[in-house]
Amino acid sequence: MLDMPRDTADGWVGRAIERVEDAALLTGRGRYLDDLGVKPGTLHMAILRSPHPHADIIAIDTSTAQALPGVAAVLTGADIARLTTSLVVGVKAPVQCWPMAVERVRFVGEPVALVVAEDRYVAEDALDLIEVSYRSRHAVVDPLAALDEGAPLLHEGFPRNLASDRSFRYGDPEGAFARADRRVAISILYPRNSCTPIETYGLFAEYDPHEDAYDVLANFQGPFSIHAVIARALKVPGNRLRLRTPRDSGGSFGIKQGIFPYIVLGAVAARVAGAPVKWIEDRLEHLSASVCATNRATTLAAAVTADGRITALDFDQVEDCGAHLRAPEPATLYRMHGNLTGAYDIRNLAVRNRVVVTNKCPTGLNRGFGGPQVYFALERLMQRIGVELGLDPLEVIRRNLIPATAFPYRTAPGALLDSGDYRATLEAGLAAGRLDDLMARRDAARAEGRLYGIGFAAVVEPSVSNMGYIATVLTAEERRKAGPKNGAQATATIAIDPVGSVSVHVASVPQGQGHRTVLSQVVADVFGLTPADIKVNAEMDTAKDAWSIASGNYASRFAAAVAGAARLAADKLAGRLARVAAAQLNVPVDEIVFAGGKLCARDNRANALAFSRVAALSHWSPGQLPDGTAATIRETVFWTPPELTAADDEDHINSSLCHGFIFDYCGLEIDRDTGAVRIDRYVTAHDCGTILHPGMVDGQIRGGFAHALGAALLEEYAYGADGSFLTGTFADYLVPTAMEVPEPVIVHTQTPSPFTPLGAKGVGEGNCMSTPVCLANAVADALGVAEVRLPLAPSVIAALIHGAEAPAPAGARALAAPHAGGAKGEKLMRGAGKAHVRAAPEAIWSMLLDPQTLDSIIPGAHGVTRVSDTEFRADVTLGIGPVKGRYKAQVALSDLDPPNAVTLGGRVDGNLGFGGGSGRITLTPDGTGGTDLSYTYEAFVGGKVASVGGRLLDGAAKVIIGQFFAALARKAGGGGAATPGLFARLFARLLARLAALLGGRAP
Amino acid sequence: MPRLSADARHLVAFTLNGRPVKGLASPRILLSDFLRHEIGATGTHVGCEHGVCGACTIEVDGMLTRACLTLAVQVDGSTLRTVEGLAPAPDRLSILQAAFRRHHALQCGFCTAGILMSLDAFLRETPEPDEAQVRDLLSGHLCRCTGYTPIVRAALEAAADLRKTTRETAHA
Amino acid sequence: MKPASFGYVRADSLDEALGVLGNEGAEARVLAGGQSFMAMLNMRLARPRVIIDIMRVPALAELAQRKDELVVGAGVRQARLLAMPGLERTLPLVAQALPFTGHVQTRSRGTVCGSIAHADPSAELPLCLVALKGHVHLRAAKSRRKVAAAEFFTGMMATAKADDEMIEAVSFPVANGEGTAFREIARRHGDFAIVACAALVSDHGIRLAVGGVADTAVARDWPHLEGTALDDALNAFAYELDARDDVHASARYRRELVRRIGRSTIEEAARCRA
Repeated sequence: MLDMPRDTADGWVGRAIERVEDAALLTGRGRYLDDLGVKPGTLHMAILRSPHPHADIIAIDTSTAQALPGVAAVLTGADIARLTTSLVVGVKAPVQCWPMAVERVRFVGEPVALVVAEDRYVAEDALDLIEVSYRSRHAVVDPLAALDEGAPLLHEGFPRNLASDRSFRYGDPEGAFARADRRVAISILYPRNSCTPIETYGLFAEYDPHEDAYDVLANFQGPFSIHAVIARALKVPGNRLRLRTPRDSGGSFGIKQGIFPYIVLGAVAARVAGAPVKWIEDRLEHLSASVCATNRATTLAAAVTADGRITALDFDQVEDCGAHLRAPEPATLYRMHGNLTGAYDIRNLAVRNRVVVTNKCPTGLNRGFGGPQVYFALERLMQRIGVELGLDPLEVIRRNLIPATAFPYRTAPGALLDSGDYRATLEAGLAAGRLDDLMARRDAARAEGRLYGIGFAAVVEPSVSNMGYIATVLTAEERRKAGPKNGAQATATIAIDPVGSVSVHVASVPQGQGHRTVLSQVVADVFGLTPADIKVNAEMDTAKDAWSIASGNYASRFAAAVAGAARLAADKLAGRLARVAAAQLNVPVDEIVFAGGKLCARDNRANALAFSRVAALSHWSPGQLPDGTAATIRETVFWTPPELTAADDEDHINSSLCHGFIFDYCGLEIDRDTGAVRIDRYVTAHDCGTILHPGMVDGQIRGGFAHALGAALLEEYAYGADGSFLTGTFADYLVPTAMEVPEPVIVHTQTPSPFTPLGAKGVGEGNCMSTPVCLANAVADALGVAEVRLPLAPSVIAALIHGAEAPAPAGARALAAPHAGGAKGEKLMRGAGKAHVRAAPEAIWSMLLDPQTLDSIIPGAHGVTRVSDTEFRADVTLGIGPVKGRYKAQVALSDLDPPNAVTLGGRVDGNLGFGGGSGRITLTPDGTGGTDLSYTYEAFVGGKVASVGGRLLDGAAKVIIGQFFAALARKAGGGGAATPGLFARLFARLLARLAALLGGRAP
Repeated sequence: MPRLSADARHLVAFTLNGRPVKGLASPRILLSDFLRHEIGATGTHVGCEHGVCGACTIEVDGMLTRACLTLAVQVDGSTLRTVEGLAPAPDRLSILQAAFRRHHALQCGFCTAGILMSLDAFLRETPEPDEAQVRDLLSGHLCRCTGYTPIVRAALEAAADLRKTTRETAHA
Repeated sequence: MKPASFGYVRADSLDEALGVLGNEGAEARVLAGGQSFMAMLNMRLARPRVIIDIMRVPALAELAQRKDELVVGAGVRQARLLAMPGLERTLPLVAQALPFTGHVQTRSRGTVCGSIAHADPSAELPLCLVALKGHVHLRAAKSRRKVAAAEFFTGMMATAKADDEMIEAVSFPVANGEGTAFREIARRHGDFAIVACAALVSDHGIRLAVGGVADTAVARDWPHLEGTALDDALNAFAYELDARDDVHASARYRRELVRRIGRSTIEEAARCRA
């Protein structure tokens, strides 16, 4: 069903030409950050990261690491705090935000120390030698639980973990709810996910002590408002921070905004080391600690008439920004503020927005930025309205769409929707995607007892952010104090060299979207040249280029704003060139046309001058320029749309300039046995205004669709209830492959934006907003359920299908107590078991209290020392298969009831993570000189092992626990069971996980 | 039996895209790092260093290989092909590369080198693939930009073009 | 994410490899295809003192049928086994299961024996070896032994192999008229199985092996059960495997798959025999 890229215009704009970027990228000649050579003597940075979700840092000993040959510097949070100031925090609160933990860690992966060394391998060797002692605190990961009284507190300056609490009211929501025929409500939890570009963060940093100036090259994507944040943190004026970006970027999708704390670290590292420093983030670092989208808990209610018209919405959103409120958060929550009523004509709105902090990775930009969270609630609600009112959900959408005659349409919270014909786009999508056929397929499937559902979603996709929308988190009074913020300066520079060839410079920082190609089309059309004649440079250099805070690659601003600015700059130059040509060709200026590499008279094409000749005149003979005509050497345009005004005192905010429209629907089938979702057909109809390059627009749609499909079906940054991070590799954070992503049917309509120079709007983020909820609506339709959670894991869906489970047969081998933890794999584990040892309880008892015995029965122990009668310390090497790590262990015995029962507790810490637990062991004489040993245990594990090896941990614990009891039994005079292997299985369920072999409660 | 000590650097020599290359590596140096930073062949990219993303896929002695799961010292004496060796001439693209460009089968291009290497080897062994086979092959790579469809289409078209070229060569 | 330091030995012969292994014991690790081990090395989960590269030992490249067994040497890559002419007749179960092992790009390097040695309970090849009652041929400098699959796998990534031993080869009994089927449920194609089922139906009865649930692949033999008797057997088996929750699936889901997918796999094997 997919159309080939097609030409839609006479000029170059609108044609799917081949990309100028591609030849280099296809032949290995890319210039990504890590492809660029480094200055001789460049050192390499590696970062030690917290294995704990929440802990005080008691001490950091870097002396051994410092002494390792090849190590130039080791820095801790105290050094960073001494050399920088705190990063700005997005709300007014007495809270600090450091790029490296100072005194306390608040999420797994938070930087704790850094090493600068001659190469990355040695730098990582040195990380292994840094000794950090932590005191664990309780962690909180659920945003609603974080608000509870008595919840673990992350920052003293955020009482009850609440960073912001604002309520908004537009129109008369209370009245509308009071008058409504029905109130339909829904509560949703939107999970965490990330677009995980395949290229990770990377930077080079250099420091000049004489100028007190930093020079940083990083694959940062903008917005360049962050430049001010970095300069402030480094305590230098903006002109002492040169920030550059390489030509090529290996994808960003918003994520590479989040490199900025690492720019601060790299810059300081270069300063202390006295040499240039390079850092390439690795994938484990990226997954645990780069940046990701917010998770959000939303309750949304609608006041609805009996025929399905919505008269008011009431949002209660609790946004989880993770451990720190880093700039530009809480922007994710406010980016959609003007669009909270979606594609619908709803005049009354109440909103409560709360921002909370939890022990998870801090959040930031991610494709869709705030849209997926809002639309998951809003479009699930639309489906529920249909179900609860007995209406076709599609009809509910139709009845509420903003009518085509209403544009430009001012929403209740203040967005000015620029253009569109939502109903026409919807109907075009229905026709082209053959909804009737899908309906028939659903009927047929259901007649056979199969689970088939159809879902819909209608979405307004905002683009070109108003730099002032974030200020909506402040009260009007606070805004007045802070000073006005609004607009979205876009820049473009066009230069003509002495032979008349044209260069374009932009601050759009492309991340693979083909900006250079599109700009060559736009400018070629103005000058009557071909795209091949235009050389576009999109590398960014804050020391030399025209830029502003809105520069960068985010909020889908390229086509609407940057390409438009380039068009305006080209028009300005063209106007002057036309005057030059008019004078020389002796025709009126308005009769000059640019065509075929020439400037010629419209009615006499032979009366012409070569473009290059006219264009070069300003260099060679400025005296020949007509009077009053400025030089044509270089033109820079700054363009900011007047529509992007600051929030008013009633909190109305036009949060974005452009608003595309998307209508999606799909049919899918769910496998009754496995709960797996198979997408039968997915249709996505777009109106993104004028299409500049059809191939790239479809590319953006397909790419966004794939991200959204991942978020809907596979991807989640999963945390255990205790804050451990569980998806630390690409084997656990599941990115869809070519086997999982079907081809969507793409349908286009075009309603040009009246507010942008080219009529274009953004298009790259919309499917991230529409697709997850469209799929969820289809699953809800297939299963007839009200609550659907993302990701739609087969395991979770199956639980909805399969009903009560068949009971275990009588006489089946007794099971251990149910394992703690749900499908998300909480790492806290419980269990119980029994064993038999051929020795009397007294003998076993004395062994458990004897360091020498412990030394010989604890697997891998290197010397157990007694701290007190009931406390021991040991170094242990633990492992399974090839996985081995060294740990420091503490063991304590408590609740002693000699020789009947004892609680064995302990804790281990090492490079691969930490763990601990406690086990109650009961010794009962068996009547024949032996002992029946029974036990219950509770154990936990965290750090790298939990993040990268969660799938294997339980088994690893079993093996190690088995080793412990096998050794105990051997020591006690021979085990009751046979081989070690069988023995391990028999004793498999004592203390769990790597650490827990020692048992014991954490001190 | 070569025994290479952990801390010394050892000579590693192999054929890369038809040319002999050599450099020094301690045993733990990954082939991906060695290619990029010792030899200077930066076309092969590193995306995960645990063998999942596929960006570093190259060909070693005719076998598709994750360079990040290979030690530089392992390939001493071997024959390697990387993305830099695919084009017939510096200013031309191979049939596969050209199909990628026509179909917009890349955006950021970071995963592309690995995908090209997989497809190049695959199309030699499977000159008439169907879409399912191509998707199965591609499942060893992660691409975050394209949604895969244009890659599948480019691969199928390249296969057809290659068959045509082979026929023409055979008839010539 | 770079490995810690280690020495490297490229063995030219099996004796050389075994000599180093005998001297270094647990401090040495054999490197074959490296598709699992290298990732652990990069993450510093593994820190051997020395790595023994066995991929240039000619004697380990054997892939041959000896009587009623297919012997696969430690140097045989998964792709080579999959491409072996007649594999679908010799070892139909392996021919069905191997395409689920990783991806084309990892099968090209990864070895059959390496996967067996790694003993991941979700991996397909250990499951096949258990299902087919194959054997592991272990060698040390001065000893050799042949261990049945069920005894070889002792737990999660744990095997009966001693520190000074390495796998020389594994052997699979060749097919003898039984019907076989393989089904696997994973989050994505090529991922480790949430549940994988291998079924053999012969004159003697039903044999079902399940991977991804217990600490090792586990097999059960039943007579020709049908209907609710088969349901009951599968239900008991599902509980006996003592499934666990993890980030990808709940224990209950795994049990459910053992019942449902186990049954459909057995039925498919029975059809295949007929």
